[in-house]
Amino acid sequence: MNWITNYVRPRINSIFSRRETPENLWQKCDECGTMLFHRELSGNQNVCTNCGHHMAITPRERFNALFDNGIFTEVKVPEPLADPLQFRDQKKYPDRMKAAQKQTGEKEAMLVATGEIGRTPIVAAAQDFSFMGGSMGMYVGNAIIAAAEEAVKLKRPLILFSAAGGARMQEGILSLMQMPRTTVAIQMLKEAGLPYIVVLTHPTTGGVTASYAMLGDVHIAEPNALICFAGPRVIEQTIREKLPEGFQRAEYLLDHGMLDRVTPRTKLRDELISIVRLLLGMPQAVKGDLAPPEPTAKPEATAGK
Amino acid sequence: MTQYLDFEKPLAEIEGKAAELRALARGDSSVDFADEAQALDTKAAQLLEDLYKTLSPWRKCQVARHPDRPHCRDYIDQLFTEYTPLAGDRNFADDHAVMGGLARFEDKPVMVIGHEKGHDTKSRIERNFGMARPEGYRKAIRLMQMAGRFGLPVITLVDTPGAYPGKGAEERGQSEAIARATEACLQIPVPLVSVIIGEGGSGGAVAFATANRVAMLEHSVYSVISPEGCASILWKDAEKMIEAAEALRLTAQDLQGLGVIDRIIPEPRGGAHRDKANTVKAVGKAIGTMLGELKKKDGAALVKDRRQKFLSMGSKGLAA
Ligand SMILES: [Zn+2]
Repeated sequence: MNWITNYVRPRINSIFSRRETPENLWQKCDECGTMLFHRELSGNQNVCTNCGHHMAITPRERFNALFDNGIFTEVKVPEPLADPLQFRDQKKYPDRMKAAQKQTGEKEAMLVATGEIGRTPIVAAAQDFSFMGGSMGMYVGNAIIAAAEEAVKLKRPLILFSAAGGARMQEGILSLMQMPRTTVAIQMLKEAGLPYIVVLTHPTTGGVTASYAMLGDVHIAEPNALICFAGPRVIEQTIREKLPEGFQRAEYLLDHGMLDRVTPRTKLRDELISIVRLLLGMPQAVKGDLAPPEPTAKPEATAGK
Repeated sequence: MTQYLDFEKPLAEIEGKAAELRALARGDSSVDFADEAQALDTKAAQLLEDLYKTLSPWRKCQVARHPDRPHCRDYIDQLFTEYTPLAGDRNFADDHAVMGGLARFEDKPVMVIGHEKGHDTKSRIERNFGMARPEGYRKAIRLMQMAGRFGLPVITLVDTPGAYPGKGAEERGQSEAIARATEACLQIPVPLVSVIIGEGGSGGAVAFATANRVAMLEHSVYSVISPEGCASILWKDAEKMIEAAEALRLTAQDLQGLGVIDRIIPEPRGGAHRDKANTVKAVGKAIGTMLGELKKKDGAALVKDRRQKFLSMGSKGLAA
């Protein structure tokens, strides 16, 4: 038995948990296997510099790269009832929640923020796949409603980044009820004449796809993202045949008319700025680095922690 | 001939014995088993009563899926007059898993839409076991919007294992179709009432049941995922569906406690499939009551109430 692999390795892994990865560590691309410098990878928004594979990115990392100078203000999301069904499978739901919170350092599976992109004020919401598979429960529903209300109040567009395995089963029927709830939120935006842009990221599935993720004015997906209602495994079991290569991937959906564009993450920011400004009749944004905004008396802006 | 469910085995034995005795008596006039047969009948009736008084969530799923349960077609035939089916999504096809059209309910014009599972092998295949494809949702959207334009109340009857997980369905935008149907439910300026008559399977059900009033038959179920699906994901074992059904809180009684549905329609003793006529009648009465409750509201109020109802959902939890 090799004591180094069985004892030392797990200990090293636990000392350097994902959140505290030192900048000099390497990470392997899950697609091409290239070893990438962590700093290089995060500098490229977790897109492999060798093959262009898009790895998962947390909402906070995404907002740091999206908003001008990484400055954004979090929007408070009303707290839902904890564990409304007293759900337990092999674990209790509150225990699963605590584990997810500890692992991610986040409270729940969606982050909502206001800020500027290319000096264009927006509201953004991003779903966190690393938090219980990004699953949609009461909190995610509340977050989308809060995002829509904030957008209506500030008269700003909403840009939503979806990522979820589907509904939060531990909230049973109440997770299902987020489909109509979030649809009401999107209707509020549309009635206020505000753009609603959805960026579908890997993976976006189930009830999330079948509600707010498919109701955008513009649908953009990241390359190769899996986007579906029923997952490929369920379909293969039902129809008893192998699905074609690339089935339910972003490019396939683009071909089948469900998306407007497939855009690499590194080009997304400029594209979002353009689309929003075009829709709102604003002049073309100045490209390139912008000077930091004037310091305000009240430090209302908080960067990601 | 009743098709017995697995938990009804003791009942099947008693009813079988009673039938045997009666057959014997018919063949041989010298014996009289009338009293014995009568005693068995009483025992069977009591057992049936007891079994259905305490149905576990999983047993309710089995009852909700019973092949003899009244289906959409039965309700439309018996509760509506002048039913005029309307077909097609004007885009790709007509989905036979969804039926709907113009009709009269208590003499007043309405639009009725529902999932239909079929009643024998041929019709089940034709109806795709009540699993709609995008065309089904798009047909429903078309009918709901038409009803909205002409001021007709909409009645939806929900009975689906879920949206069809097929290749073509995904290619043609199953997700988008469901999302748009839910949106249409929220937009129409007419009364929208919904009854879950059997299975309310996930997004496929929500797309019809985002209504001003939602009722459920006593032993129907409404869930985010099937117990089997939930068990295979959370327990990694599809055989744990009994536990999953318990945890999901998918019964009419729990859903009323959570404020997700508005009323429960009692079923005859032994479930809807043992007395279709009275089940259909009870559903008709509930539809009448729900429409009556909405009669005085104008279009804007109906839309506002419907949105508010769903926005405020989730403030009530269940005790352990
Ligand atoms: Zn790579």
